[in-house]
Amino acid sequence: MRRIGIDVGGTNTDAVLLEDGRVVHAVKTPTTPEVTSGIVTALAELGRRREVARGAIDGVVIGTTHFVNAVVERRDLARVAAVRIGLPASASLPPFCDWPAELAEHVCGETFMLEGGHDYDGRPIVPFDERGMLRVARRIRASGIRSVAIAAIFSPLDPGCEERARAILAGECPDASVTLSHYLGRIGLLERENAALLNAALTGLARRTVAGFIAAIAASGIEAPLYLTQNDGTVMQAETAAALPVMSFASGPTNSMRGAAFLSGLTDAMVIDVGGTTTDIGQLRRGFPREANAAVEIGGVRTLFRMPDLLSIGLGGGSLVTADPIGVGPASVGYRLADESVVFGGNRLTATDIAVGAGIARIGDSRAVAALPRDLVHAALEEVRAKIEDAVDRMKPDAREQPLIAVGGGAFLVPDRLAGISRVLQVPHGSCANAVGAAIAQISGETDRIYHDLSREEAIAAAEAQATERAVAAGADRSSLQTVDIEDMPLAYLPGSALRVRVRVAGEMAKSRPPAPARAPRPGFAAACREGEGAV
Amino acid sequence: MPRPITPDDIEALAVGAWILGTGGGGSPYLGLLNMRRLYAGGHRVSLMSPLDLADEDWVAVVSNMGAPLIGQERLADSRGIARAVEIQEGLLGARFRAVMSLEIGGGNGIQPLMAAAHLGLPVVDADTMGRAYPEAQMTSVAVGDLCPYPCVLHDPRGIEAVVSRVPSWKWMERVSRKICVELGSIASTCKAPRTGREVKDWGIHFTLSKAIAIGRRVREGQRRHEDPVAAILDEGGGKLLFRGKVVDVARRTSEGYLRGRAVMDGLDEDRGARLEIAFQNEWVVAWRDGAPVAMSPDLICVLGTQSGEAFGTETIGYGRRVSVIALPAPPVFLTPKGLEHVGPRAFGYDLDFRSVFD
Repeated sequence: MRRIGIDVGGTNTDAVLLEDGRVVHAVKTPTTPEVTSGIVTALAELGRRREVARGAIDGVVIGTTHFVNAVVERRDLARVAAVRIGLPASASLPPFCDWPAELAEHVCGETFMLEGGHDYDGRPIVPFDERGMLRVARRIRASGIRSVAIAAIFSPLDPGCEERARAILAGECPDASVTLSHYLGRIGLLERENAALLNAALTGLARRTVAGFIAAIAASGIEAPLYLTQNDGTVMQAETAAALPVMSFASGPTNSMRGAAFLSGLTDAMVIDVGGTTTDIGQLRRGFPREANAAVEIGGVRTLFRMPDLLSIGLGGGSLVTADPIGVGPASVGYRLADESVVFGGNRLTATDIAVGAGIARIGDSRAVAALPRDLVHAALEEVRAKIEDAVDRMKPDAREQPLIAVGGGAFLVPDRLAGISRVLQVPHGSCANAVGAAIAQISGETDRIYHDLSREEAIAAAEAQATERAVAAGADRSSLQTVDIEDMPLAYLPGSALRVRVRVAGEMAKSRPPAPARAPRPGFAAACREGEGAV
Repeated sequence: MPRPITPDDIEALAVGAWILGTGGGGSPYLGLLNMRRLYAGGHRVSLMSPLDLADEDWVAVVSNMGAPLIGQERLADSRGIARAVEIQEGLLGARFRAVMSLEIGGGNGIQPLMAAAHLGLPVVDADTMGRAYPEAQMTSVAVGDLCPYPCVLHDPRGIEAVVSRVPSWKWMERVSRKICVELGSIASTCKAPRTGREVKDWGIHFTLSKAIAIGRRVREGQRRHEDPVAAILDEGGGKLLFRGKVVDVARRTSEGYLRGRAVMDGLDEDRGARLEIAFQNEWVVAWRDGAPVAMSPDLICVLGTQSGEAFGTETIGYGRRVSVIALPAPPVFLTPKGLEHVGPRAFGYDLDFRSVFD
C-alpha cells in the first residue's frame, strides 16, 4: 500500500509518502492562493525522490481548508434556492432566518416552503405536497439558479420527502446540483438546513477545485484515484467530495489528530496540535476525533453536522511574550516568525525565543536569546504550561489520567509533565502529522436516530447496522468496518423509552468500489430507505 | 401603564430566562428568532404591571409544552401560541386583557411575547413558577388551588384539543401530557384563564422584568469583561454556592423525565470541596461534601464562570468551569402548601426544606 497524503493549510502545504505504514518522505511547501499550484509543487518535490518514483501509488488523499475559507471570506459562493419541507410546522422561521445579513444577501436566491416532513416517531406531519414541489421545480428552472438545498423536518429519521423532492426537481431541472440536508446529519432543523445551504453555495467551487486537484495529480505523472478527507478523519471519493464540500471544513485539525494516532500507535489519547498562532486540542477515541455535540458557527452561521470537538486557544510558536505582567499570546507574529522573532534576528519576543532560550528547542540563533533574564524565561514557560494544562483538562472526557500526543510545528512548547496527563508523547514526523493523517484516512458511515421501545443494546445494534450500510455505500470494505463512536442520550418527555443514538463506523476502502455518481453520494442508503415503504 | 418592550429587552430576556430555567425549560433561542422577525416586521409588544389589572380582567396563561428536542425540528411558530389564546377566548366567551407566561424559565419565558405580538395585547409582568418546573401542578396557581381547567392544546395541522374538566392539577398534567405526545410531543397551550384578581393574588410578580434585568447585566458584563456571575448575584439577590469544574455527569430517563446527577470539584476558594447536584429536567438538590446546601424551591443555577450564561442539564459535560448560585424562591412556594407542590419531597428527596437564604 503506497499513498500520498497532502494537507493544504493556511500557511504550508505538507505532503508525505506512506508505504506499508511507514513515512518514506515528507515535504513542506508554501500554500499558494489558488491552492492547486502548491499541490503541484509538493508533488513535484516528492517525485524527485527515487523512493517515490519507484512503483505505483494507490491513492492521493488531500485535506484542504479551501471551502471553509471561501465561506469565512465570502468568496466564490453561488446563489442558492432553499426548499423547506415541513409546513404547516416551522412556518415562522424560514430558511436563512438567522444568517448574517450580508452573507444571506450573497447566497439567498429564492426560498420555498412546502407541506410535508415527519414527526419524531416516523409519522408524516402531513402528506408531502408533491404538486407544490413540481411548481417549485419549474420556478427554479426559470430562475436560472442551479444550486439547491432541500431540508425536511426529521429527515435524519426518514429522508423520504427530501429524496422525493430531489427526484421531482431532477425531472424539471436535471442540471441542478442538489444538497439534501439528511446527508449532513444531525437533528436540529435550522442548523442542518444551514449546513445544506452552505454546501449548496459551495458545490460550484468544489467541482472546480476537485477538477483542479485531479489535473494537478495528472500533471505530476501520478496515476491514482483522488480522495478528500472529511471532518471525521475519514475520506470521500473525489466525486462525493465535490458534492459535499462542507464535509471537509475541519479536515485540517482532524488530520493532525489522526496522524498523531498513527505516529504514536495510540488510539485513545488527548492530542495537542501547536501551530504558529493557535493550538488545537481534541480527544482521540478509538483512533478518531471525538465529535462536537453542540452547534458550531461557521462564518457567522449556526450549523450542526459531523465536526470534531476542538478547543482552539491563542497559543503557538509565534505567540508574543510580554514581561509585565507576564503573558504569552494570543497576539502572534504568525508566518512572519522567520523574520520578526529574536532568534531570527528580529526584535519581537516570541514563545519560540523563550523555548530556544530555555534550551528546549533548537531553532535559529540561540546566542540571540542567551541574555534573556532567567526568571522571564521561567515565568513565560510556566504561563504556557498553565494555558496548556487548563485547555487540555477542559477537553478531557472525565477525570482519569490520559496520555497526550503533541504534534505540530510548535510541539516543543508542550511540557513533559502535565497535571491529569499520564505521559506526553513527542512523535517523529509530528510536524507533518496532518499530511500523515490524510494519507491513512479510512471510509466511514454514520447515523443519528431516535429509537423507541428497544433496549439500549437493541437500539445501538440497529444504529450500527444502518451506519454500516452507509459506509459500504460510500466505498468501505464491509469486513474491515469497526464501530468508532457511540453516543446515546435518553430523551425527556417522549413516551416509552425513547433513546437517541448516534453511531459511526469506519474501515478500509473496498478494493472494487461501487460507482458513486456525483449527485447521489449515498445511493445504497436511499434505496434501503425506500424498500420499507414500497415504491416511491 | 404598559411600557414598550425594546429589541434589546428581548435579547436580554433570552439570556435571563435561560438562567431562570435552572437547567431546564428548553433554550429560548427559537423564541428569540421569532421575536426578532416579528419586530423586523413592525410588530411591537408592551409590558404591564400585574397590579394594573382590574379584578374582573381575564388573562391568558400560555406555554409551549413538549420535548425541547422536538422543538429543534418543528421549530416554535409564533402563530401557534396566538391561535391557542384565540381558541381559549372562544371558550371563555370574553376578551383577554393580556397574556402571561406559565413559566419564565427557558423558552416559555418568550412565548407570551409571541402571542402578544400577533394579538395586539400587552404581556403581564408575572408568571406562575418564577423559574422552570416540569409539571402542571408545580405552579403558584396550583398552590392556590385555582381552577385547573380548561386547557387548550393547538397543533399547526389544525388539531385543537380542550381538556375541559379534571378533578385536580395532577390529572391535568396526566391528560394533557397524553394529548401532547399524540400531537408529536409538542403543542402550543393556553392554560385555564385567570382573572385579574387571581393574578394579583397568586401570580409571581415582576419575573419578566427580573429576567430582562439579569440578562442585561450578563450581556453588559460580557461586553465590559467584568464578572457576569457577580452581576447576576447582585441583580437577583443571590448567593454564590460553589466555584468548580464538572467532573462527572450521569443521565437517565425515567417516567418521561431526564434525571441524573452532576458532580463538580471545587476551584479557587472551594478547592478540596465537592458539589453534587441532582436534576429532574431542572436542578433540584445540591449537596456539598454530602450535606444538602440548596434545594427546590430555591433556584439552583449552574453558570459558565467566564460567560455567566446558563448550562442546561441536557448539555452540561465534563470539564466545564462553572459557578453554582442560588436565587431566592418565590414566597408562595415557601408555605407548607407550596412545599408540598415543589419542595424536595415532591421530587422524591426525603429532606426538610431549608432555604439558602435563612
